[in-house]
Amino acid sequence: MTTDDNPLPGGARRGSRFALPNSAYRAILGAVAAVFVGLVGWFLVSIVLKAQPAFSTLGFSWIVQKTWDPTHDKFGLLPFILGTIETTAIALVLAVPIGLGTALALAYLVPHRLRAGLSTTVELLAAVPSVVYGLWGLLVLAPLYRDYVEPFLTTVLGWTGLFDGTDQGVGLLLAGSILFVMILPTMVAISRDVLAVVPNEQVEGAMALGATRWQVLRKVVVPGARTGILGGFTLATGRALGETVAVALVIGNSNYIAHSLKSPAATLPSLIVNNFGEATGTELSALFGAGLVLLVIGVGVNALARVLVRNVASTGGAASVAVA
Amino acid sequence: MTTLAFDASADPILQRRTEIQRVAAASLKRRKRSSRIAIGVCWAFLGIAIVPLVAVVAYVVVKGLPAWNVDFFTKSTVPEGIPGGGVWNAIVGTAEIGLIATAVTVPVGLLCGLFLAESDGRIAGAIRFTADVMTGVPSITIGIFGYIAIVITVSGGHYSALAGAFAIGIIMLPVIMRAGETAIRGVPNHLNEAALALGARNATVARRVVVPAAMPGIITGVLLAVARGLGETAPLLLTIFGNQFLQWNPTKPMEALPLVIYNYSSQPYADLLQIAWGAALLLMVVVLVLSIGSRVLAAVLQKERR
Repeated sequence: MTTDDNPLPGGARRGSRFALPNSAYRAILGAVAAVFVGLVGWFLVSIVLKAQPAFSTLGFSWIVQKTWDPTHDKFGLLPFILGTIETTAIALVLAVPIGLGTALALAYLVPHRLRAGLSTTVELLAAVPSVVYGLWGLLVLAPLYRDYVEPFLTTVLGWTGLFDGTDQGVGLLLAGSILFVMILPTMVAISRDVLAVVPNEQVEGAMALGATRWQVLRKVVVPGARTGILGGFTLATGRALGETVAVALVIGNSNYIAHSLKSPAATLPSLIVNNFGEATGTELSALFGAGLVLLVIGVGVNALARVLVRNVASTGGAASVAVA
Repeated sequence: MTTLAFDASADPILQRRTEIQRVAAASLKRRKRSSRIAIGVCWAFLGIAIVPLVAVVAYVVVKGLPAWNVDFFTKSTVPEGIPGGGVWNAIVGTAEIGLIATAVTVPVGLLCGLFLAESDGRIAGAIRFTADVMTGVPSITIGIFGYIAIVITVSGGHYSALAGAFAIGIIMLPVIMRAGETAIRGVPNHLNEAALALGARNATVARRVVVPAAMPGIITGVLLAVARGLGETAPLLLTIFGNQFLQWNPTKPMEALPLVIYNYSSQPYADLLQIAWGAALLLMVVVLVLSIGSRVLAAVLQKERR
């Protein structure tokens, strides 16, 4: 295939006057790819290096200590790690059943004429910036939660002890709810895609055997799309874990471990963004350390999601759009 | 001829079939009922999903539109307590940061995409996987990177729009790479081979044949990456600092639309909240126009080609 010695006379040679030799072309592509690898390497190394002072002054145990008090040089990350896990868990408890049900409805139940339009709308909603969700959560949903949702939940489920304390609106529950709304489009778009590509023969076969509509969905469609759905949910989990501004606006920002779903709390990203401006010395390094912990969790979840979703995401489908 | 008739009740296969039919018929009512309930639940979930999503969009439109006037688009932000003002400085900042990030990441991302599309080895696989994982890395950590790399290391502690563009570019780059690779891989091989058979070198094939043929997909990917980059807030908080005055110089701190929304949303002043809603509407419209535009453009280019 090498065309370095162009044997053709005249016009053919003119066309390749500006063309690079193949070896140079490959070298350039390789060099640019190396730039990308270099950037990622720089990214990892710079965070590790800047977090290192926190680890060398505080050891490793500060990650799981529960007091964050910069004035006394205490930088425990436990409240924020718990806050990150709790808000993500609330979002998932809501988003997994509702996302799956919505995706099933969009892929198999909604009339054919509406399917394309509704699916596109869901994909577009996945692109709405998270700060917009945060603004809406703080100004619209927080008063609603304070005046209606939280009193109601306290009356009905107060005996569980999960709803102790005053109704403030902002807090763990609201942050989890906003994350739920935010990750829902991603989840639905990916699940709908993988549900829709389950082979028609299998669906029709099950129907021919006398399965009811729900039996077809439950026993054929969902198992057939299992890996893709799981991958989509894992990606959405990654988004929830790493979300910063939407959570920072509605979680109430407290440095203590939340004792109920209504308590204000904080997550690793909200900790970083709220304290970054004034932090110096060990505190700044501890914030970089919080970023490093978040990065490790985020990369782990995403790598898992990619392995799961890799074979399923078809080229150019909504999956790749929503993932982006 | 009557000898051909056989005793159906003695055939084990037929017996099983009859048994299955009996059980299926007996359970049909129950199965139909549970099916109806479960399908109903799916519909209900669809409703639950639609309500908040529609509410977000509706609220932003209803609350944001009244903020849109001439001042909103032509004046800069004012300190809290002073009435009036707009977001012109933030529009300039968002546009400039978006342009710089796009101008740098598109060529780099496209060349990386070409590299990935033309290589199948283990190294290319590792780079592909890294790019995939990078698209999902928490954006605040990329903001930290922009702060360490540009604000501290390169410019010695000075916040700047360039640092913001760097962070936004890092977020956009893997998206463009993978979208570019997907689009380039979608180009039929025979085009490639025809060009090579005519004696073109690889670089010429890429420039004249493959990239033009992959253009619809590339444009879609780039626009989606830009849409994503413009909406990012957390990285900007750590890199561009914010600036209530109009600033064109990208080596200085700048304002941006996401920062206005974030900073004003927790203010107790009604006119600042109004501006936050207006900025949210503007940002949402820009992002949606880019997303919808990418689809329309891709469809149009695709059609032209046929």
